[in-house]
Amino acid sequence: MHTLKYSAASFFKYLTLVFGALAALIPIIVVFFASLKTNAEYASTGPLTLPENWLNFSNYTKAFVDGNMLLGFMNTIIIVLISIAGATLTGSMMAYILARFKFKGSKLLMGAFLLATLIPGVTTQVATFQIINSLDLFNTRWAPILMYLGTDIIAVYIFMQFLDSISESLDESAMLDGASYWTIYWRIILPLLSPAIVTVIIVKGVNIYNDFYTPFLYMPKSSLQVVSTALFKFKGPYGSQWEVICAAIMIAIIPTLIAFISLQKYIYNGFAQGSVK
Amino acid sequence: MSNLSYKNQRILIIFLFSLVPVVLLLTFSYLPVIKMFQYSFTSWDGFSKNMEYVGFDNYKTIFTRPEYFAVFKVSLYYFFATFVQMGLALYFATILSFNVRLKNWFKGILFFPTLLNGVAIGFIFLFFFKPEGTLNTLLDLAGLGAWQQKWLLNPHLINISLAFASVWRYMGMNFIIFLGAISSIGSDIYEASEIDGANRWHQFRHIILPSIKRILQLNLILAVSGAIGVFEIPYVMTGGSNGSSTFVIQTVDVAFKYSKLGLASAMAVVLLGIVIIVTILQRVLIKEEK
Repeated sequence: MHTLKYSAASFFKYLTLVFGALAALIPIIVVFFASLKTNAEYASTGPLTLPENWLNFSNYTKAFVDGNMLLGFMNTIIIVLISIAGATLTGSMMAYILARFKFKGSKLLMGAFLLATLIPGVTTQVATFQIINSLDLFNTRWAPILMYLGTDIIAVYIFMQFLDSISESLDESAMLDGASYWTIYWRIILPLLSPAIVTVIIVKGVNIYNDFYTPFLYMPKSSLQVVSTALFKFKGPYGSQWEVICAAIMIAIIPTLIAFISLQKYIYNGFAQGSVK
Repeated sequence: MSNLSYKNQRILIIFLFSLVPVVLLLTFSYLPVIKMFQYSFTSWDGFSKNMEYVGFDNYKTIFTRPEYFAVFKVSLYYFFATFVQMGLALYFATILSFNVRLKNWFKGILFFPTLLNGVAIGFIFLFFFKPEGTLNTLLDLAGLGAWQQKWLLNPHLINISLAFASVWRYMGMNFIIFLGAISSIGSDIYEASEIDGANRWHQFRHIILPSIKRILQLNLILAVSGAIGVFEIPYVMTGGSNGSSTFVIQTVDVAFKYSKLGLASAMAVVLLGIVIIVTILQRVLIKEEK
């Protein structure tokens, strides 16, 4: 009796797991199928039908060329690289100051960074837009870059958490050797922060790659399109060519898939740490 | 720099290191809030030179014209979806923290959707909910052809469909956080409880749940403000048509499509107010419980 009950529970467990996995995968897999079909084939077959020719990449070429995806990837890469480098530097400097020095106003400063996380960025766009505009940054890559640095302050937290685990005696012994604070930061703290830097790179990189409304609102110029906005443009004009849209979706997904498979361990850790403030 | 005394160095480095982050924080996090309050009392269109002060007129418009406030009903769909999402995440995190075959595969597959591009997810679900799309084909295959629907055209179903897409997108994030929290519980605690005759349900109820309570609560806070601030999925998929508009979509439209920046700012102030009240309320409640 006991084993029967046990195996029934185990059966239910695997049933729900398989169901969950299918629910996660099927919406993506059917898009992959459709991306390999010809226009006539797409029109005559259902979404679950396998493509006739698994090597029909003509939709991919079409989506990549017509959608100017290369430009989208270039702009995304530029924005991601500058934002991450900036967030790593400003975030680690700020965290170093807040974690290592107690000075007048340090509590206030820490509170100001904490309070800012309560403001959902999407609610203040109306006014942020005017600020970007008055700084003459509208339709430049600097608009999203500065906003990613100024509003998404998660890097400061990740670094502060990590700094708590770096013993202050390291700083002190370096000071006995006459090292300046700058040397301590640059030669000791920053290298020791590298696991936290990996977390920042992953969390920020994924967020920026996936962000839609910032580039959509602040960089409508087509020469500044990023992956998200390039993909969004397929809506409408390609309404009758879903197989091309599906190829465009896959083009946007493939880099994420490659990053996920090659960096799995870091990605799990990064998100588990990065999201619990 | 090393010629300076440590005292002077300290002042210099505090100033230099905090200058850029603080300027960025003030310019892009706090200044918008101040400006937003200021605009909300004007009838500014966003580009003309002079701003006309109109007092509380914009706020009166929001609270007296039902069409401006009705969109909050849409948030309720996402709010309820949040509970489904957290429930699923908790369930999968719990079973995957014990011995399961192909554990890493299931973990990766359940988490992967969270990493995807928002626009790509919007398009994936447009394809999923199309009249000839994935869901209707699956229903047909399962012999449930009678259940087929126009998921995104029927005003009674559209928000449920969109909320489903939202659950699909964010479940993995909660899941991986819960899984991390559960796996930090030492295995000796489970072993001890097994000796005392506890079954899986007892272990969940008395070991797992209490130890991740705080993280559950934190995620709930984030989920509530997330439900109020829903934007991307409905905007990409429907543009807010068919009664799927959310407060944020409406605010963005009023500001940038209809050039009523004053009114849009007042709406944003109301939204920000609600989010902050909800967040503070929950933090206070959680603190009291402890």
